[in-house]
Amino acid sequence: MSDISKPASAGVAPRRPSASLSVRLAHWLPRIVLAPSFMAVLIGVYVFIGWTLWISMSSSSMLPRYDFVGLEQYVRLWNTPRWHTAVINLFLFTALFLAITIALGLLMAILLDQNIRAEGVLRTIYLYPMALSFIVTGTAWKWMLNPDLGIEKLVQSWGWESFAFDWITRPDFAIYCIVIAAVWQSTGFAMAIFLAGLRGIDGSIIKAAQIEGATLPRIYASIIVPMLRPAFLSVIVLLSYISIKSFDLVLALTNTGPGGSTEMPSTFMFAYTFQRNQMGVGAASAIMMLMTVAAIIVPYLYSELREDSHGH
Amino acid sequence: MATKSLARQRAMGQTFIYGVLALLALYYLTPLWVMITTSLKPLDEIYGGSFIGLPQTVTFEAWSKAWSGACIGTECTGLKPYFINSILMVVPAVLLSTGLGALNGYVLTKWRFRGANLVFGMMLFGCFLPYQAVILPMAQVLGKLGLSGTIPGLILVHTLYGICFTSLFFRNYFITIPDELTKAAQIDGAGFFRIFFSIMLPAALPIIVVSCIWQFTQVWNDFLFGVSFTSGSDSPITVALNNIVNVTTGRKQYNVDMASAMIAAIPTLLVYVTAGRYFVRGLTAGAVKG
Repeated sequence: MSDISKPASAGVAPRRPSASLSVRLAHWLPRIVLAPSFMAVLIGVYVFIGWTLWISMSSSSMLPRYDFVGLEQYVRLWNTPRWHTAVINLFLFTALFLAITIALGLLMAILLDQNIRAEGVLRTIYLYPMALSFIVTGTAWKWMLNPDLGIEKLVQSWGWESFAFDWITRPDFAIYCIVIAAVWQSTGFAMAIFLAGLRGIDGSIIKAAQIEGATLPRIYASIIVPMLRPAFLSVIVLLSYISIKSFDLVLALTNTGPGGSTEMPSTFMFAYTFQRNQMGVGAASAIMMLMTVAAIIVPYLYSELREDSHGH
Repeated sequence: MATKSLARQRAMGQTFIYGVLALLALYYLTPLWVMITTSLKPLDEIYGGSFIGLPQTVTFEAWSKAWSGACIGTECTGLKPYFINSILMVVPAVLLSTGLGALNGYVLTKWRFRGANLVFGMMLFGCFLPYQAVILPMAQVLGKLGLSGTIPGLILVHTLYGICFTSLFFRNYFITIPDELTKAAQIDGAGFFRIFFSIMLPAALPIIVVSCIWQFTQVWNDFLFGVSFTSGSDSPITVALNNIVNVTTGRKQYNVDMASAMIAAIPTLLVYVTAGRYFVRGLTAGAVKG
């Protein structure tokens, strides 16, 4: 932190009575300007988190009730089979979504980095899904994954009669449909971050290794990819965050069906809070989500900020 | 001979790379293609089994129905009023959050005070907040303020949580402007706002664009706040779209669904196509330090 070099106005100057008021005002003005935003964030983020925590420890059901029942709602939450489904789905979804998105995004970034013609056009094509609402993505994929009229029908009409792609109607496979749509939407994002990382690497490293006789795939596997560590960290953290809060996509694509098989913590929270009148359980699930995100994000932000203040 | 085989290897490598890239492009474009063609087909053609091909008869019926005739709940008004709702919500939210973010970034870089880093860190965490952890209290507060289920209520919510992102954008941008510039202006007698308006803002044009585009996309595409805090005719377009699509009664009108999805997607797609470079910058701001 830079508390060594204070502006001259701090402490010493205001002693002169004539200029006192305006100097003091000038001294406080930046803080006054920042104050409304700070207060908004303080209340909207931190006080509200505390408030949710409180509701999660109360007996609130349809309306908030401000008593204290300890961890009762958390016990109920963890005894709810639907919540178990949600947590298992989240882990399954996150693992697949991250693995595929990272692999594909990295491949795309590396290929695009080979002095490709029409790079700009391709990049635009790969990234446009990020500009779409998850509801739009869900709508489009719901239609394509529909076995009666979508991809399954199409492939069958090509002559492959036994082709089956009815995952969206099967409780044990519907979650993979969400993975497919989420990967489609987010790979461009991973690619953009990897590409930025690749562009930051000195090209002469590759040339030098080539002169040594290493093949291009070898060079990437053993030299370049390890150098992308910071980009990997960012991608993993940001994609995990996207997956934990994924809500719109699930609602639009499967509406948590068939039979609740694609329930996620975010949809669980919404259903229990606003539709099933079990606000306490809903709040407890929200706190569980927050803790998961915080466990990933806080160390990440801490390291980013530290590097930042070292860098400058 | 060695050079010849090397050249051939290179050419094969090139072909492979372009082949993979083209396949991937196809994968990314297919859903958009299917959306557009489906929205232009008559319903009978869709149920007749045409999924991926061009429409035999092009009709804009589904578009006009999606825009002004489709039923959302019990009201058959189409998406038009909800589209207007979204615009009324997006414009003020974008302007307010960008303006405040610019001021915050300015204070946090050029008028640093004890605890400025803490303030910044607190705002930064707000970028990664799972909103589920705050929607309950927010619903209570909006109710107390009389803003429940209103567009101004949504503007307030989007501005509040948008500030976290916009402050990050501007802070990371202003930190690259040398302090000497503002110090010199201060010596010349320029005050806090004078420096902001005549030095910082003119230099900040690219990041203003980044911030506006980011906020526009975020607020337009939001679903969670819309569905939690509004109902019926006050909803933004994403909520209305979801209601149209999730209708389960009657023969499903896939062409209307796709036209509706396109109507909801067009504003952000337009922004992306015209200013994609800035959009990508906003996207990667959380990862690549400025």
